[in-house]
Amino acid sequence: MSVVTDKLSRRWSLRAKEAAAGYFFILPFLIGFLWFTAIPMGVALYISFTEYNIVQPPEWVGVHHFVRLFEDTRLRKALANTSFYAGLSVPLYLATSFLAALAMNSKIKGIRIYRTIFYLPSVIPAVANVMLWLWIFNPQWGIANFLLGLVGIEGQKWFLDPNLSKPCLIAMGLWGIGPTMVIYLAGLQGVPPELYEAAEIDGAGPWGRFLHVTIPMMSSVTFFNLIMGIINAFQVFALAFVLIETGAGGTATAGAAGVQDSLLFYVYYLYQRGFQYQQMGYASAMGWLLLLIILVLTVIQFKLAGSWVYYEAARGA
Amino acid sequence: MTASTEHVGQKARAVSIWAIRRVVQELVAHALLIPISIVLLFPLVWLISTSLKCHTEIFKFPPQLIPNPVCWSNYPEALTVYPFDLYFRNSMIYCVGIVIGQVLVSTFVGYGFARLRFPGRDVLFWLVLLRMMLPATVTMVPSYVMFAKMKWINTFLPLIVPGWLPGLNSASFYIFLCRQFFMGIPLELDDAAKIDGAGFVRMWWQMMLPLSKPVVATVTVFSFIIHWNDFQGPLLYLQRQNLRPMALALQAFGDAFGPESTSSEWQWLMAASTAFVVPMLVMFFAGQRYFLRGISTSGLAGR
Repeated sequence: MSVVTDKLSRRWSLRAKEAAAGYFFILPFLIGFLWFTAIPMGVALYISFTEYNIVQPPEWVGVHHFVRLFEDTRLRKALANTSFYAGLSVPLYLATSFLAALAMNSKIKGIRIYRTIFYLPSVIPAVANVMLWLWIFNPQWGIANFLLGLVGIEGQKWFLDPNLSKPCLIAMGLWGIGPTMVIYLAGLQGVPPELYEAAEIDGAGPWGRFLHVTIPMMSSVTFFNLIMGIINAFQVFALAFVLIETGAGGTATAGAAGVQDSLLFYVYYLYQRGFQYQQMGYASAMGWLLLLIILVLTVIQFKLAGSWVYYEAARGA
Repeated sequence: MTASTEHVGQKARAVSIWAIRRVVQELVAHALLIPISIVLLFPLVWLISTSLKCHTEIFKFPPQLIPNPVCWSNYPEALTVYPFDLYFRNSMIYCVGIVIGQVLVSTFVGYGFARLRFPGRDVLFWLVLLRMMLPATVTMVPSYVMFAKMKWINTFLPLIVPGWLPGLNSASFYIFLCRQFFMGIPLELDDAAKIDGAGFVRMWWQMMLPLSKPVVATVTVFSFIIHWNDFQGPLLYLQRQNLRPMALALQAFGDAFGPESTSSEWQWLMAASTAFVVPMLVMFFAGQRYFLRGISTSGLAGR
């Protein structure tokens, strides 16, 4: 009897020891989550109901900022620009990185060199990248206009043209799809070969195998890339900042973000209100609005996911 | 006899058709991939090419791909107009400080999630994943206020400490990668170590880390690239000029010598940009062979 309880209590104490160790191991995450995420989010919510410039104590103004959000024409412009950017860039980058990963997954000679080449442009830091593309898209001396000239097209103003500035930004992002491509490639290499063999036995040709094995097996990777892609696209900042501040935006009017605010992206505008005009309350309200927008978009995607994302676990059940 | 030779002949023919088809497929693939590769490499080549041109050559039409004459002096000139050695050092302090923290802490936390059983583990792991999706923009203002109150502005602390206590979106991704990787290591190893009487911390340090080179390399390279690139953090927290990392310095340099300035010195700007890119290239080539393995074990493919 006592031997049994002894054994039980020993096993229990081992369990308790393991659990205690478990909490100890994840403690850094919990502290970081509270300190750098949960508490700041709460504080942001509080500040968004106040007038606050850091120097003076916050002054309660109720929902004032949230009402003003809906009357702010520049905010509307920023949302339109950001949605345009996200709506075009995310599908484009997903499609191109998927195609690139398919090519990189083939077993031709020299594939490792191709992989390196396809990834390489992605390691160019954003600031250097902007400088480089400002030079390529320079209206007077840039090589882009020179190449257009060769085929008889008139030179463009690129980043200085309010209709072209965002498409230019999206186009230069095509050189940075490396990380997304690698995630797809890892996914492609993880597809069990038996699936392809089984499909082949069932009489599926290369196209059929692609359609009925590759595409469904990659849907969960696409879902991940889509969710993260949208979240990141809505928070584009460094690119816009450097483009605007380095003056390529042709800032005729002080404080404008590019010609006719065509490069006014959401987080850049938030930065302007919060850190250039010291309107911390308004900036915090903008932060929460962005959180809500992203939350709604993400929830919609999770709802839609059921109809197109394929999980192997679900099949097994 | 005849039947058998016929059979062999058929087989040989089938093989040769198969081989020809394979060669044609390869040729088509190269015919597609080579032009794309040239387009992909062009900006980088143009960057380096411009950085080696003399001032007068920059504005020559038609533009030349190969600089003639080569102006090596652009590099020493550009890198001394601004004290880039100082900015380089600042970037290094920031990167090394945070990368060590992120590697240690994400393997540490990942180990806990992957190998230890405790109540609420799965819920807490969902919290890690949820954290990855929370837009950092929401906490921009309150974090700044908090660090200002703590007198941490103009120190590296607001940039480095959140790496040691995984408070960044990227940290959640690394924890996820590490957990998935550790889950692929046979559990019997743990049992052997337990019999040995090794504590969990020792097990993480002496057994898991040495076995985890691919994921450690992946986290190191990703983290280094992200923070070498980081613009937003230093912009908020490092306002004093002598604390600037390369990213901020390059932007200021662009202000001074870029398109809008009266003294456009594109060759300097491109030289400084190249100097900023080189550590990334080194990092990439060093970690490249681990990349795919580090990620493919993560099970992002829905396995």
